[in-house]
Amino acid sequence: MTTVKDKMLPRFKAKIDYETCIKCGRCGENCTYDAIIFNRDEDMPIVKSTGNCVACQRCVTFCPVDAIAITPYPVEFAPHGTWTPYHIRGVMEQARTGAVLLSGMGNDRPFPMVFDNLVWDACQVTNPAIDSLREPVETRTYIGRKPKNLSITKNRGKFALEDLPANVGISTPLIIGHMSLGSVSYNAITAMYRAVEDVGTMMGTGEGGLHKDHYVYRDNLIGEVASGRFGVNPDYLKLGAIEIKIGQGAKPGHGGQLPGEKVTQLISDTRGIPLGTDALSPNPQHDIYSIEDLKTLIAALHEATEYQSPVGVKIAAVNNVAAIASGIVRAGADFMTIDGFRGGTGAAPRVIRDNAGIPIELAIASVDQHLRNEKIRHKVTIIAGGGLRSSSDLIKVIALGADVGNIGTSALIALGCKVCQQCPTGKCSWGIATGNPVLANRIDIDWGAQRVSNLLRGWTHDLSEVLGTMGIDAVESLVGNRDRLRYVGPNPREAEILGVKHAGERIGTGGE
Amino acid sequence: MPKRIEIDAMPEGCKLFYRDINRQIRKAIADGYDHIVLRNIAGQRYIGAGLKGDYTIEVFGDAGLDLGVFSEGLKYIVHGSSEYLLGNTLNGGEIVVYGDSWDITGMGARGGSIFVMGNGGSRIGIHMKEFGDSRPIICYGGTVKQYCGEYMAGGVIVVLGLDFKDAIIDPKKPIDRDNIDAKLVKNAAGPIVQSDLGGGIHGGAIYIRGEIPDELLGVYAKKEEIDEGDKEVLEPLIERFCELYGVNPDFIWKEGFTKVKPISSRPFGKHYTTTPI
Repeated sequence: MTTVKDKMLPRFKAKIDYETCIKCGRCGENCTYDAIIFNRDEDMPIVKSTGNCVACQRCVTFCPVDAIAITPYPVEFAPHGTWTPYHIRGVMEQARTGAVLLSGMGNDRPFPMVFDNLVWDACQVTNPAIDSLREPVETRTYIGRKPKNLSITKNRGKFALEDLPANVGISTPLIIGHMSLGSVSYNAITAMYRAVEDVGTMMGTGEGGLHKDHYVYRDNLIGEVASGRFGVNPDYLKLGAIEIKIGQGAKPGHGGQLPGEKVTQLISDTRGIPLGTDALSPNPQHDIYSIEDLKTLIAALHEATEYQSPVGVKIAAVNNVAAIASGIVRAGADFMTIDGFRGGTGAAPRVIRDNAGIPIELAIASVDQHLRNEKIRHKVTIIAGGGLRSSSDLIKVIALGADVGNIGTSALIALGCKVCQQCPTGKCSWGIATGNPVLANRIDIDWGAQRVSNLLRGWTHDLSEVLGTMGIDAVESLVGNRDRLRYVGPNPREAEILGVKHAGERIGTGGE
Repeated sequence: MPKRIEIDAMPEGCKLFYRDINRQIRKAIADGYDHIVLRNIAGQRYIGAGLKGDYTIEVFGDAGLDLGVFSEGLKYIVHGSSEYLLGNTLNGGEIVVYGDSWDITGMGARGGSIFVMGNGGSRIGIHMKEFGDSRPIICYGGTVKQYCGEYMAGGVIVVLGLDFKDAIIDPKKPIDRDNIDAKLVKNAAGPIVQSDLGGGIHGGAIYIRGEIPDELLGVYAKKEEIDEGDKEVLEPLIERFCELYGVNPDFIWKEGFTKVKPISSRPFGKHYTTTPI
């Protein structure tokens, strides 16, 4: 029973300025949330239900005369320091439904951002900076296990390297993280696959299998093997790399569910599951209850891939991440993805998205130091993700100990996403987080691929420029180089965990 | 005409590592052999991992973890028992075990059939799923333990509750159909399945020979008597089982079957709300 008292107060107000409006109808065509419709009888757009507006900005973008403005709804809740709209609205919705609140994108709470407390070093006088526009600065990175030392054999005057573990080269230490077909649309995922192929880097397939059209990008894909085992077959195991997903930053310890209404023919074919049933990925992998079990699955994947693809493990950044990471390296992983608590998602319980896990900055510094102490850091490539918003976050996370950064939300923003957090509804007006082919066609694949390539290239250019100013000629020399970072935040304990000195701290006593 | 090759996994008394066994299997396939016989297997893992095609791999001895993991279309025959994770993420083909196969058999399988003569451990057929014509089948001759068919999203699990212990003619010889005296096959003494049967099931069906008490059912599972449609599913399957192990189908059909199926294909549909807030 739903009554008028269940009504959720509107959050946004769409206002149409009828003096400038040319009645072209684009706003009504574009709104997928039923907030603005175009009234054919009166030949004008009307705000049907302001409460439905989610501020996705689709109508604003497509209005040729800028006649629409989306503003916060004038009447807000009475101001209260504790009972903010976030909490009141949550209580209201759960009182109405008795259900778990699902949310999309990454953590929405104003936790302090550790990245913003860090600055980096540059060359002055005593060491020369490199001019990255004219001098080479290497950004090429290899994902895979590295041997402790190289064995070189000489045969009839020719030198050869002995048995190197499989590694995949990427042109930049920046990849796109796992997103499945299903969580994002066919057009969105194709655009991103094409972009990573163009740039020469990689993207994760997520746990959605691989559509037959996408096998052409196989060398640039990291195939995910997660608890539902969707789409895992012998052909899938021939991708550039394989990754076992244990956890995701947005929902550590939680599995995944693609609701039945999103399991369309396309999704059903790709995942190998029946049409219209919920695609449930259980929380644990039922064959992994220990590091030894993880070792078994890694070895099985090594066998099945004939040792031709590196096999990695993805975990969420949680309290004991360093010890878990150590176990993962010892279990034989060739690379490891650590996803911080700001990582994005297509759907996660809001209570988990907003509260579980730890920041990637602290996790990565801790993992890097722990593996160095145990003298096993060299064995594994570390990929870090979970809220990298700009090239500066990428550079800082590399200096804190990651080999590679991975992005998700940033790539989606390149495709038009405005971070309105409505991913689980499947109504995405930008054609990204939807299974509706009509909406998906709102993304022109060529345009999208170009935008995502541009973003990846832009960040890579930023990285080379910054490396030049630091006097570093190859990005691998920045990995874990925490001495080039300084802390300017309020909490010395945080600096200590990061292994970063406070800004202005003097090194040694120098001649005193 | 099938080309047959034998590989000794214990050459000169020295046990071959799984990696070498798989390398030899792959080489044999590349050389045009399609029936590969592995002698003296003693628990080596990952046999035939990730292979695809119309080949037969016959194992003499006890197979280790993950036999046939990720594979598609092969036929595996094990004259002995198998450790955990038999047919993990199987995509197609047939696995026949003349012995026991312990925990998590057929985890996440999407196709293929697995026949086991003896008993199983827990989590048999966990998260199996079906798609189109591809419907995974697990058939146990003996009994299984807890969490059978947990999270199941499709396919068929059959547990027959038979006891082959006295029916093996010569226990010193490898077990195959000729080494089983079907007249001595009995009904198992203990319970056929244990608790949490089909917990979280949202597709497919589990058929248990005999009655099961309600308290063994897991969440979102319900039981039913079988109807004509179920018989159509079971008949070819039991026929194949009897063909493999020499049992008389009449003996199996003497007792009725109980079907365990999902309450809903969307068990958690009302568990979440996506209303914008």
